[in-house]
Amino acid sequence: MSTVPALEVQDLKKTYPNGVQALKGISLTVQTGDFYALLGPNGAGKSTLIGIVSSLVNSTSGDVRVFGIPIRTQRSAAMQMIGLVPQELNFNLFEKPFDICVNQAGFYGVERKVAGERAEKYLKQLALWDKAFAISRTLSGGMKRRLMIARAMMNEPRLLILDEPTAGVDIEIRRSMWKFIQAINAAGTTVILTTHYLEEAEQLCRNIAIIDHGQIIENTSMKRLLGKLDVETFVLDLGDAGAELPAVDGVKLTRIDDHTLEAEMSRAHDLNSLFAALTARGITVTSMRNKANRLEELFVRLIDANEKAAA
Amino acid sequence: MNATGTMIALGTIVRREVVRILRIWSQTLLPPAITMTLYFIIFGQLIGSRVGQIATASDGSPISYIEYIAPGLVMMSVIQNSYGNISSSFFGAKFQRFVEEMLVSPMPGWTILAGYVAGAVMRGLMVGVIVLGLSLFFTKIHLYHPFVTLSTFLLAAVIFALLGFINAIYARKFDDIAIIPTFVLTPLTYLGGVFYNVAQLPSPWRELSHANPILYMVNTFRYGLLGVSDIDPAWAYVVMLGFVLGLGAICLNLLHRGVGLRT
Repeated sequence: MSTVPALEVQDLKKTYPNGVQALKGISLTVQTGDFYALLGPNGAGKSTLIGIVSSLVNSTSGDVRVFGIPIRTQRSAAMQMIGLVPQELNFNLFEKPFDICVNQAGFYGVERKVAGERAEKYLKQLALWDKAFAISRTLSGGMKRRLMIARAMMNEPRLLILDEPTAGVDIEIRRSMWKFIQAINAAGTTVILTTHYLEEAEQLCRNIAIIDHGQIIENTSMKRLLGKLDVETFVLDLGDAGAELPAVDGVKLTRIDDHTLEAEMSRAHDLNSLFAALTARGITVTSMRNKANRLEELFVRLIDANEKAAA
Repeated sequence: MNATGTMIALGTIVRREVVRILRIWSQTLLPPAITMTLYFIIFGQLIGSRVGQIATASDGSPISYIEYIAPGLVMMSVIQNSYGNISSSFFGAKFQRFVEEMLVSPMPGWTILAGYVAGAVMRGLMVGVIVLGLSLFFTKIHLYHPFVTLSTFLLAAVIFALLGFINAIYARKFDDIAIIPTFVLTPLTYLGGVFYNVAQLPSPWRELSHANPILYMVNTFRYGLLGVSDIDPAWAYVVMLGFVLGLGAICLNLLHRGVGLRT
């Protein structure tokens, strides 16, 4: 496997003509073969960063290299290696999926015969072949999203950038899309994913960057990041609610309603003492679950901390 | 991107444009056919029969009014349709954002421009042939200078395709692509000697007409078909080539800077 990173971003800045500073000097590296999550709240600068990498947005300053090729001076060579699935639908709604895919390949200089074969391959893999010759306008939301993935694969990119590809897609289709993208990644394509479904990022991605207010506030491996989570909140469903809540060292108990408790505690804290204290007060627990998934919990904490620091 | 790849990309844009023109033929090819038929009936047959001879051919034979306006009507269709094709198609791509399919690809900016201009020229050619064919029902058409006829047609179509491209680049809403044809293109076309001989205009209108670029295209095209022109064809070529080079440079600069396309 190549040692040249798939993407290197150095001190990238972007100020829009209206004065909004979307990126304030971002630097990050995505290694070849990685499955990389780029997370952040709305307006954090994720789409601007993706726009610059895919040459849809002009940067104010900084350097971007795709497999070592600077996009500022060798745009064409760099773009040859990128496939982009944007956040917004951006295909001709009056064209057919097959034509959309074949034309996209043509824009990358792929011969029409080869383009037709690839279109069939990817439309079939994404379960769209039966709609290949329907007018795209008539496709469902999930189909349109999958069409954009198929289209992005037409140049068989070495770096696939997915900007919220599963937004508004039901869980079944989302899982089929994950499976496809995982297979693409396993075959050697580097994948960068932005999503608001944090369980999606947690399940799929090996490395992660969190952007907020145009700056990277965390850039590490998913494993290391999740290891930082020191506090967890459990939701306890109660059978018998009891009268009064016990006091348990290191655990903050909050009654949500007559049948639900929340217990916030350190990850190192054992659950036995909590259950013993609840039992002693006549409270029975019928089931329990994490309040939020681990990455979501961390994400919210990091963003909150950054907001407070900014204030 | 190598030369073969660039040619494939260029061919893809042209093909997509031609497919679009043919798919929506009732919006692209039918209206000019109907409009120009009405022009031939009203201006050519009804009014033209009362006007009689308007010019004399190089061989000394009289040129009737309908013969005189036929080349102008063909050129008017070519101008309006090459402009309209590129402005609506490229703005549509911007509006629906599928222009991004091309912007994220490795193809250079000039390929995008050349592809859309070629598409517009194709529409101009299709409409031009239809109108020319219709004119045969009303008058006889000569072909005095085939090279002049073809080259003038191509240059005019390219010039107005480039103008339409600039319009589409700056347009932010559909109204913006209707303003120029309504308030600039149509008046200039009507004042460009389609329906009359500018040499017969009183001063200063005669001199002012020479500032209208459409005058050069209409008259050179007429020269190709009838052998008569109100202006020197050589000078017309200089003007038309100047416009092609100047507008082409502006379009490439706009694409390079990403005006209206990249933020």
